This record gives sequence, structure tokens and C-alpha cells, in this order.
Amino acid sequence: MTLQDLEIQNLTKTFDAFTAVDNVSFSVPAGSFFSILGPSGCGKTTIMRMVAGFIDPTSGDIRIKGRSVLDVPPNKRPVNMVFQHLALFPMMNIADNIGYGLRRKGIAQDEITRKVGEVLERIGLPGIGQRKVNELSGGQKQRVAIARCMVLEPDVLLLDEPLGALDLKLREHMKIELKSLQAEFDTTFVYITHDQSEALVMSDQIAVMNNGRFEQVGTGQDLYYRPETAFVAGFVGDSNRWRGKVTRAEGGQLQITTEAGLTMTGSDQGRGLSVGAAADIYVRPEAIRVGRSADELSQFENTMRGTVSSILFNGAASRLIVRAENGQEIEATLPQSGEFSGISRGDALHLGWSGEQANAFAASDDFTKVFE
Amino acid sequence: MRAGSKLGFILLFSPLILWLGLLIIIPHIDMFLISIRERVGVGKYDTSLANYLTFFREPLYMLTFARTALMSVLATALTLVIGFPVAFYIAKIAKGRLQSALFLLCLVPFWVSELVRTFGWMILLRETGVFSSLLQWAGLADQPVEMLYNDVSMMVGLVYTSMLFMVVPLITTMESLDDSVIEAGYDLGGNGISVMREIVIPHAMPGIVSGSIVVFMLSLGNYLTPTMLGGKDSLWFTELIYSQFIVRFNWELGAAFGFMLLLLSSIIVWGTLKLSGQTLEKTMG
Repeated sequence: MTLQDLEIQNLTKTFDAFTAVDNVSFSVPAGSFFSILGPSGCGKTTIMRMVAGFIDPTSGDIRIKGRSVLDVPPNKRPVNMVFQHLALFPMMNIADNIGYGLRRKGIAQDEITRKVGEVLERIGLPGIGQRKVNELSGGQKQRVAIARCMVLEPDVLLLDEPLGALDLKLREHMKIELKSLQAEFDTTFVYITHDQSEALVMSDQIAVMNNGRFEQVGTGQDLYYRPETAFVAGFVGDSNRWRGKVTRAEGGQLQITTEAGLTMTGSDQGRGLSVGAAADIYVRPEAIRVGRSADELSQFENTMRGTVSSILFNGAASRLIVRAENGQEIEATLPQSGEFSGISRGDALHLGWSGEQANAFAASDDFTKVFE
Repeated sequence: MRAGSKLGFILLFSPLILWLGLLIIIPHIDMFLISIRERVGVGKYDTSLANYLTFFREPLYMLTFARTALMSVLATALTLVIGFPVAFYIAKIAKGRLQSALFLLCLVPFWVSELVRTFGWMILLRETGVFSSLLQWAGLADQPVEMLYNDVSMMVGLVYTSMLFMVVPLITTMESLDDSVIEAGYDLGGNGISVMREIVIPHAMPGIVSGSIVVFMLSLGNYLTPTMLGGKDSLWFTELIYSQFIVRFNWELGAAFGFMLLLLSSIIVWGTLKLSGQTLEKTMG
């Protein structure tokens, strides 16, 4: 068995009557990038603060490199944390910020100077040691905050939505940079975020969290292509959603009649929905093929005719909103291969998608949830 | 439009100009002029530094002057030592209603006049007062204990009077310190002492300095507390000024004393700012 850098077992935290973290278990292999993705208030910050040692768990165990750290105070734990607003010390210059942890360990001053210089080199900001915190740009502060932790060589680095305060362009850039910093330092990163794109781009493994529980743990592809719960299907990526009733079930293939009266083919991926059960169907806009004629889409189990009611132009991520004959609006990705470049409102279109791409789940509250 | 904005400017600044001119600049100029004249005969005055020379030649004046300065520094230091933990608790540890309640508690004594507050201490500390009676009742003293009229009781009064002026700027600066910065201090291996020394105190420095300046000036210029709680030996420099002006009717010497006090507080405030590396605009703004 390979040694896991971080193992969480049956971790629970209750605040009075409220259960913030409900019996969560997971383990993070050494050197990997693990993300916890969930809407705000789902309990992800509570997990992180328990790992860092700022909150004591109600029950369960936290092990770092196989050793339980429950009775280790935060300043002695081999984990460090990059805070949401970075929490750089404004009263110190950059070198003192990075050297703070080393000074606490009682390391000699010339050794500290050498290590600080080294880590500044590694984050690509050599020679900024004498600058003040407020003289740095957002991205530079980010890197300094990581360097301040990494200079202590922690077993696990915790990151609490550190990109939240950056503007969009910089955030995109920092995603790639964080991933390469993680490879550079070869340390286990545990990253929490509510932004699915951050989690999908950077992580080796992602846990989707909701109401204090893990809904699914897997790679980005797992979550995106093979969501195990309706919550994951709704939270990761966009989906067209329909509620209906199962009218036929044969070998994983379901026939479902929606509330609006449409009949469509879907798949429950072995979740065992039976005839008569209420079901929610999730179909991703990018799984829907757009065609000029019905013949082009003959290979799909589900086909539909409609007219374009609006075009949401967003470059490569442009969408069409198509009004089907029964009045329902369906979102589909606008292909960028050129054949639909002249499309405009009111054009007649055909839509098609395979039954495999129509994910059916037992009906649940998650159906109506909207995430920001 | 141009004329209108000019009028607005004048209207906005006239109270400030009046305040500065009527209450600070004009009286001080007059005080200064009084302090450098010497009475040579009935209604006849010469310009000289005789009053200042009197001050430097008379050991009682010099000693009282130095004592007042030292005691005020001590009172400021004590207020800081007592006020800092109180402010830290209110700003960083207490939450919600407890926080506002504690803050209000600091404010409550200031709802009554300083005179009444000082009488409160006299009721507690005098020979037939609460503490003396308690000690006798507990058998720790076999006769009434006089705790008033000494340096300790005066210091208690000075610290008590100044506490709010130290606690308020401290709370304000410490509240602006993000909790996560303190947490980061612990997370990176710091303990209570090093987080306090490297993070909280440097952050609170403007508050410490501005609180100290205010408390020092209040103590130095205090008249009521040293008079009521201090003993015969606890002479305060303001009492000397009072006696020159009112008792001796020697305005010339009184004005010179006043100027020496102004000079002293200016030098000490300037020195504190230099020593702590703060600037006046940083601590007051």
C-alpha cells in the first residue's frame, strides 16, 4: 500500500444542531492535487480548518503520513495553509514574510536568507525580498503566499479559495501557474473552491461536496462524463433538465415521459430506476447535436425539431436556445465549425442526442437548485 | 460657480480658523508675551527671561517638573500594559453582543464627571472607606488604614481616568487586523508570544502610539486627580501653575511654567514618535 499523505476517516463536525461535516472519509496520495468542490456553506472550509487544526472535529480521525494529528496544535502540524485573502503580514517585507516560519523553527539567519532567496527564485520572483506586501500585484502576492508555506516543506499544503479575489483574466492564468507550482514543489495540494473550472483544470482528484457530505470523488472526467448523483450532474457543467416518469426500462435504457409530454430515451447508468419511478433527466448542451435536417441526426435516439429563440454568443462557448415544438426551451452548444455561422433567430433546426448522454436520476430536490 | 465654491470654502473653514485663532494661537501669543516680561515697578514691565531663570534656579520647581514628567510616563506605561489585553480581548476574542457590552462597560464611568469619579476612589480608599473597613473586618488590619494621599493612589486615579483614551485607539487598530493574519501566524509555526510580538503589536503600533500620546498629555495636564488623590509630597506641576496664577497672582511666572509644560510635552511626544518610527499623520489619521 502506498503511503497516503492525508487520510480523513469518518470526519464529523457539528455546531449545536447543525452538522457541517457529516461522516466524510477520503485519502490523498502523496504528490497529488486534490480539490474539494462545493457551493458555499457546504462544509468544505470546515474540513480544511479541521485539517489545519483551527477547529477540533466532533468525531473521526485526521492522519498525515499515517500519523494522527488530532492532538497536535496548528502551529506544530506538518500542514500549512494559503488563506482566502492570503493573509500576508502587511507589517513585514516579503523576505520577512517568507522567513517568518523559518524564524519560528529557530533556523540561523544566514540559512533563512539563503532559503528565502531560493524559494523566491523558484516562484520566479527573485530579488523582491525587500519590497513591501502592498507593492506587489495580485498574482505576485499569490505566489509569495504559496512560497511562505512551501519554504517550510509541509507534507500537505491547504489552499482555501486563494484565487477568489483575483480578476478573471489573472484567475485563468493563476490556475495554470498553481498547477505548475505544485509540480515544481512536488507537494500534496488540497484545494477548496466553489469554482468548478478551477477544480477541473488543476486537480488530479476532485471531491464534490454538498450539505456536509461527499457526493462523488473522482477525476474531472469522471465527474463530468459519469456523474453519480443528480447534484454532481447539476453542479459540474451545465445541463438541460427535465422531470418525468419512467415508462419503460430495458437493460439500462429507459424511456421517460417528461411532464411536458415529451418522450425521450435516457440511461440510469445502473442506478436501477424502475417503471413508474419519478426521474430527472440531465442532458449537457454540448452533448446535443444541431442539424439542418432530420437525416443528419438519424443515429440519435432522441431527436427534436425547433426554432432558434436566441443566440448566446460567447466565442468558443456560444450557445443556442432552441424552442421545441411543445414550447420547451433547450440549450445546445453552437458548433464553431462554420456551418452555422449564418444562423439567426427564428431559423428552423433539428436537435439530437443519444440516450447514453441523457443521464437519468431518481427525482430529487437538486433538480431545482441553481448555483451561482 | 467659482465665487460660490469660494464662499463655501470660507464658511467651512471659518469655525476651524476661529477655533485655532481665538482659543489656541491668540491666548498662547499673549501667554508668551506675559512670560517674557518682568515687573520692575508698579505697572512697569521690562522684557526679560527672568521668569524662566526663576524656574531653572528653584529646585522645587525643577523637581516637580521632572517628577510630573516621569510620573506621567509611568502612568502612560501602566495604562498601556493594562489596556492592551483589555483591548485585544474586546477587539479579537469577544464576539457580537459581548463585544459591544464590554466596550460600553469601558465607556460607562465617563458618563459622570471626573470629579464624581475621583470622589468614588476617595470613598473606596479613605481611612473610613470600603477597603479599610473590609481589611479590618477580615482581620488583616487592626486599625483603620489610610490609602489616600500618596503616589500609589494618585497613579490609580490617573490610570483609571486615562484608560478609555488608550483602549479606544487600540481597539480600532486591532479590529482592522484580519483574523486570518493571526491564524496564518499560528499556522506557520508561531506561538502566542511570537504572534503577539511579530504580528499583533506591530500592527497595533499606530494605536499604541496615539493612545500613549493622548494619555500622556492628559496625565501631564491633569489637575484634579493629583490634587484630590495625591498627598502633600505628590506635587504636580499643574498645581504649581495654578498657585502662581490664582494664589500668588504671579501671572508672569505662571505663564512661563505653562510654556515649559508645553515644551516638555512637545519634546516627549516628538521623542516617542521618533523612537517608535511612527509619524503624527499615521497615528492620528
